[in-house]
Amino acid sequence: MELIEFLRQPWPWYVAGPLIGLIVPILLIAGGKLFGVSANLRHACAACVPGDIEFFKYDWKKSGKWNLVFVAGTILGGFIGGWLLSNPDPINISAQTITDLKALGISDFSGMLPSDVFNWENVASTQGIILMIVGGFLVGFGARYAGGCTSGHAITGLADLQLASLLAVIGFFAGGLFITYVIYPFIF
Amino acid sequence: MKNYIKYLLAGIFFGIVLIKSEVVSWFRIQEMFRFDSFHMYGIIGLGVVVAMISIQIIKRKNIKDMEGNAITIPPKDPKQVTRYLIGGTLFGFGWALTGACPGPLFSLAGAGYSIMIVPILSALAGTWVYGKIRPSLPH
Repeated sequence: MELIEFLRQPWPWYVAGPLIGLIVPILLIAGGKLFGVSANLRHACAACVPGDIEFFKYDWKKSGKWNLVFVAGTILGGFIGGWLLSNPDPINISAQTITDLKALGISDFSGMLPSDVFNWENVASTQGIILMIVGGFLVGFGARYAGGCTSGHAITGLADLQLASLLAVIGFFAGGLFITYVIYPFIF
Repeated sequence: MKNYIKYLLAGIFFGIVLIKSEVVSWFRIQEMFRFDSFHMYGIIGLGVVVAMISIQIIKRKNIKDMEGNAITIPPKDPKQVTRYLIGGTLFGFGWALTGACPGPLFSLAGAGYSIMIVPILSALAGTWVYGKIRPSLPH
């Protein structure tokens, strides 16, 4: 049981970072596969609602089935990490961030998300639509436009020294900083 | 199906690490964009370093994958500057709004945050709309 207690603690960045980095060679060696989560959104569209769209006309089973299985595992891993190995204490966020977020009106710091914002009652409010629906839409749209997300570009692409991925990651941060500093004060 | 178990296990490992490292936390993403903590930078930075060393070893030793094939990483076309900068920026908007990128969206859903179904469905819609209007976008 001591092992479980040990695993329930939050894992520090210097443990988690290398473990995430190891996913890249694990997938390459497992079957020459490239680590990239957002490609699954395309595979799901190709499988379920391809319409008559050129972008979704490809053999998703051949190129994407392994990745859909991988993401099913990610969901399962979320269950294991979030239920069986969950850390009972609030996340140790920096005091400055807590002060800034309190000033925006956020009061619940207990879970992985602020439950006062990310809840089903708030989905149809202006704030909920912008954060969850527009935000989600841009994650999907932007990831495919850029040809990858954090895993494909920021981890795999940068590790393979690809200039394209550096450009994409610069975009990720430019976009994130703009929302955080310019837009957040208007939506909270 | 047997061939897919390794990918399922890799995904489970990834999902657990995302949760236990708190990468899935909306607060951690805010902290990152506010430059208030080294946590996320340390994770992404070390992740890149470990992946980079691994890729170099695989390339230099010509390591084959478990199916016996040579391992190649297709390069992305760096001449398509527009798509990476604009697409990347739009993704960054979404990352900061939802506080999650695709991996964490799925991992959080598995951890019981059912509300994440909303941004996941929206992300599918965004992907579909991209596919639809792709021919008219600058790349």
